[in-house]
Amino acid sequence: MHDVSAHAAQHHAPPQGFIRKHVFSLDHKVIGKQYYALALVAVFVGMVLSWIMRLHLGWTNLAIPGLHLLSKNGAPGDIMTPEYYLQLMTMHGTIMVFFVLTTAPFAAFGNFFLPIQVGAEDMPFPRFNMMSFWVTFVAFLVLVSSFFVGDGPTLGGWTQYAPLNAVGSVGGPGEGLGVVLWAASIAIFCIGQLLGSLNFITTTLDLRVKGMSLMRLPLTAWAWFITSCMGLTAFAVLMPACILVILDHVAGTSFFVPSNLVINDQLQPHSGGSTLLWQHLFWFFGHPEVYIAIVPGMGIVSHILITNMRRPLLSHRVIIGCMAAIGILSYMVYGHHMFVSGMNPFSSLAFSFPTLVITIPATIIVLIWIGSLYGSRLRINTASLFALGFISMFVSGGVSGFFLAQPSIDIMLHATYFVVGHFHMVMAVAAIFGIFAATYFWFPKMTGRMMNETWGKVHFWLSFVGAYCIFMPFHYLGIAGNVRRYQAFVNEYLQPLIPVHKFITIAAIATGIAQFIFLYNLIHSRFWGKPAPDNPWEATSLEWSTPTPPPFDNFGGKLPVVYHDPYQYGVQSSTGDYVMQASSEQVVTEHEEK
Amino acid sequence: MATTIHEPPEIEPRRRGEPRNGGWRNLVPANGDPRVVRDYSPPPASTGIWVVVYAITMTFAALTSALVVRKGSSLDWQSFSLPPILYLNTALILCSSVTLEIARRRLATFMGGKAIPGESPARWLNITLVFGLLFVTGQYVAWSRLRAEGLYLATNPSSSFFYLLTGAHVLHVLGGLVGLLYVIGKLRKSELRRSTLDAASRYWHFVDILWVYLLVLLWMKL
Amino acid sequence: MAKFFALTIIVIAIASAIPILRHTWPEPPDISVHGHLIDEQMSETMAEAGISFLAAQFILAIFIWKFSNRPKDAKIAKFPGGAKGLVIAAFLLVGTEVLALGIFGTKAWASIYFTPPAANAMPIQVQAGQFAFYFRYPGADGKFGPLHAALINESNENFFGLDQTNDQDSKDDIVTAEMAIPVNREIFLLMHAKDVGHSFYVPELRVQQDFVPGLDLSIHFTATKIGRYEIVCTQLCGLGHYNMKAYLSVYSQEDFDNWLKKQAALQ
Repeated sequence: MHDVSAHAAQHHAPPQGFIRKHVFSLDHKVIGKQYYALALVAVFVGMVLSWIMRLHLGWTNLAIPGLHLLSKNGAPGDIMTPEYYLQLMTMHGTIMVFFVLTTAPFAAFGNFFLPIQVGAEDMPFPRFNMMSFWVTFVAFLVLVSSFFVGDGPTLGGWTQYAPLNAVGSVGGPGEGLGVVLWAASIAIFCIGQLLGSLNFITTTLDLRVKGMSLMRLPLTAWAWFITSCMGLTAFAVLMPACILVILDHVAGTSFFVPSNLVINDQLQPHSGGSTLLWQHLFWFFGHPEVYIAIVPGMGIVSHILITNMRRPLLSHRVIIGCMAAIGILSYMVYGHHMFVSGMNPFSSLAFSFPTLVITIPATIIVLIWIGSLYGSRLRINTASLFALGFISMFVSGGVSGFFLAQPSIDIMLHATYFVVGHFHMVMAVAAIFGIFAATYFWFPKMTGRMMNETWGKVHFWLSFVGAYCIFMPFHYLGIAGNVRRYQAFVNEYLQPLIPVHKFITIAAIATGIAQFIFLYNLIHSRFWGKPAPDNPWEATSLEWSTPTPPPFDNFGGKLPVVYHDPYQYGVQSSTGDYVMQASSEQVVTEHEEK
Repeated sequence: MATTIHEPPEIEPRRRGEPRNGGWRNLVPANGDPRVVRDYSPPPASTGIWVVVYAITMTFAALTSALVVRKGSSLDWQSFSLPPILYLNTALILCSSVTLEIARRRLATFMGGKAIPGESPARWLNITLVFGLLFVTGQYVAWSRLRAEGLYLATNPSSSFFYLLTGAHVLHVLGGLVGLLYVIGKLRKSELRRSTLDAASRYWHFVDILWVYLLVLLWMKL
Repeated sequence: MAKFFALTIIVIAIASAIPILRHTWPEPPDISVHGHLIDEQMSETMAEAGISFLAAQFILAIFIWKFSNRPKDAKIAKFPGGAKGLVIAAFLLVGTEVLALGIFGTKAWASIYFTPPAANAMPIQVQAGQFAFYFRYPGADGKFGPLHAALINESNENFFGLDQTNDQDSKDDIVTAEMAIPVNREIFLLMHAKDVGHSFYVPELRVQQDFVPGLDLSIHFTATKIGRYEIVCTQLCGLGHYNMKAYLSVYSQEDFDNWLKKQAALQ
């Protein structure tokens, strides 16, 4: 007899017991929420780190109350030492890039909504999925543990360049055990994300419900799919690189450390390694990583905007094609981080061209968003405000990329605050706005309650204006030659710029405090928010066809059939100006994806 | 339903029009034309194993480029001759792929309703497992050989890469052995799905091909 | 709210542009021969990026203003040209920008990296180490003596690891903590890293190049204005990174010769 269905039945039994339901859960929705919780903790840790950093940059000899509790050596008398600034900076970057920007838009929302959006009951490998979260969680613990060891976390920046990352404690505080913990944490993180990508890709390709052709997938599903393909290549390369670093530390190898290095008058016991090898391996991962951080946001923004414009985008396929193009091109551009690194100058030119070319699909996406606003019936709510804010921020961050893509200009701007401004604009602001938009949009479906719109709008305004106040000035600092990763500004030519830093610090703290409004809204609404209907936004994709919140098997045992493409808005139907994907109602429509 | 592992399952004739993939209804555009649909989808394990194979390939590609760059970056690379047992190990793992294919064909016959007299359906899987274990043992012997010659992980970049690549490969072989054990376990309980067997087999063949690639790489570069 | 949002976007866009237009925090003035090529690239890019930035933000704001709060039965209209038009526009606009910036940008890059140093360029070696730059002049014989890493000793001020007893070429090498160069004379800078990665950045000179341990790199440049400038490290090298700097003095030929004589006497 066939026992093929026995496997399907495995998904059907509801979980029992607290541990199975909420801790070691196989349910993709719980795993998604766990990732979100991890990202939430990580982003507040990262944000507080940034406050401490900014206070120190604006007022270098300031005693920050309580800092000595975090580290006796790093902040004797609450005054931050130079090395501690770098250590906090490294942890800030690492936590934010890995545990916030890769985790929230991709792992959190993707885990929760991808299976529902394709019409599945769960991901095909729920145990690997559960493993992926707990592995990621362990990675976070390993990383944070470096705060509490010996001479603290590594100080080499999230980029951990060689040979500083491999020479050991002689290189500075945190460069021994701190680096090993960093590398171990990131290697573990890579494994977690690879397990996640496995599930995302197989879900998208194999678990689509009847009628759900690839072209009928919502743009969020496409974004998550493309992101997981990118992640597969990127994380699979970073992991061995981290292993090589660990070996250089604990096994006496010399992958990254050349000979004849002298530190503290001591000849270092290494030979023959290649400094640039680390940069190539790291940036081969590192550049796609930043697109991994932004592409889900692009999908989310498209998805939310369409719902709130009451019309589909001007072209569904062009957006998919552009996201895919960005994914593919992202592997050809990584050398733009290495223009002045000592790499062959011809290679610099070679990398510069695809870097400029990748602007084209990004521009097309922005133009299609803006062009789709034309003639729409735009609804303003917190989710759509953050989605529109994303567009503004992405434009701002994107145009600064134009400068950095050219090697000759990079001579001036490399390693200055211009770069810091660029990547914070696109990642710390645009990508985070994508996370906020997704939260406000999908919170009703995930929890069964609405978030408070008034507080949401207050949060938006403070964040939007605040983020510009923080990060726009970074570009001016960079043009003036303000070098980055300095814990204090002692150079003569930097003195006139210190007032700008003070302004930025104040803006950063104010904007940071505003985030507590979001946190309050999130927690309060979770328990006392207004009960949410199944489809509060009058949206079309499959997640809005489920009960709110969805039961353990998403569709209550009865899988939907898909009759329409995901964005049938602006039509006339029995439900209003939209028809849901799972609705069998036939409507007159201008164009429909099959 | 078979009650012991030695009896083939009773196969119900497939009812006309019924989907073949056990209820996961799915429409996949045929030949890329979205208006014409087919009534099946690949089981997730088949897609999944390609994802896994690709990721592992990228990892070894990264290690390969590390080797090439490291060799070219300085003059301290000291070549050494590969321990001859590696060639025996290669033969062992190639044999294991052959026996795995035999196992698959035997199982296909068995699952199609035809018993093979005097033979447990898991026999060739067990043989594959044994070859795999012999390979792992042989790799350990190779390492012992190198250690006896004074070549350790950090002795020279060439030895570093030898241990690194063969060690990483053995880890993946061990994973493959776990997969085969899983398949054998499922078979014993008469719960083996074709896609599980296919996935485990593809993974095993990949690990075999990966070894051949590594052997050539090490032979050329070391 | 929508109209207020639109206005905010416009105000922010204009406010962002003002410090650029007014050169509130300008680039340090150019004192190099090749720098004008970089500055031209920069201005061109700023113009194109600035226009794109302002146009995109303005149009976004205008559309938010115009198309929000419309009545429920308002007709959905399609942007003229639709997706196709926008794709073509993106390819044309961005494509030409990309070509222009990319192709013309190679000139600036090539002038720095693809032209060999002049035959009479003055060689100077700079060594970067945690957390200072040291400089070496070849002295009268015009030759640099070999470096011996094992001989490096900070307390004896043997920063480069020279063996001035046994190496003939090292005997007249001049080691300084400050860099001085004559104006309008091409300098051939040899870059050596003692320990970890560092970088050599002089904004006025329009020069930035990483030191790579294990690789001996070089750049060349010519300063055109007399003055005193700061060399700063831009590659994170440890806790003293922020403080790792040296002074670059550009002298007249005569003043430089005097300076070099004084330095030689101090060896």
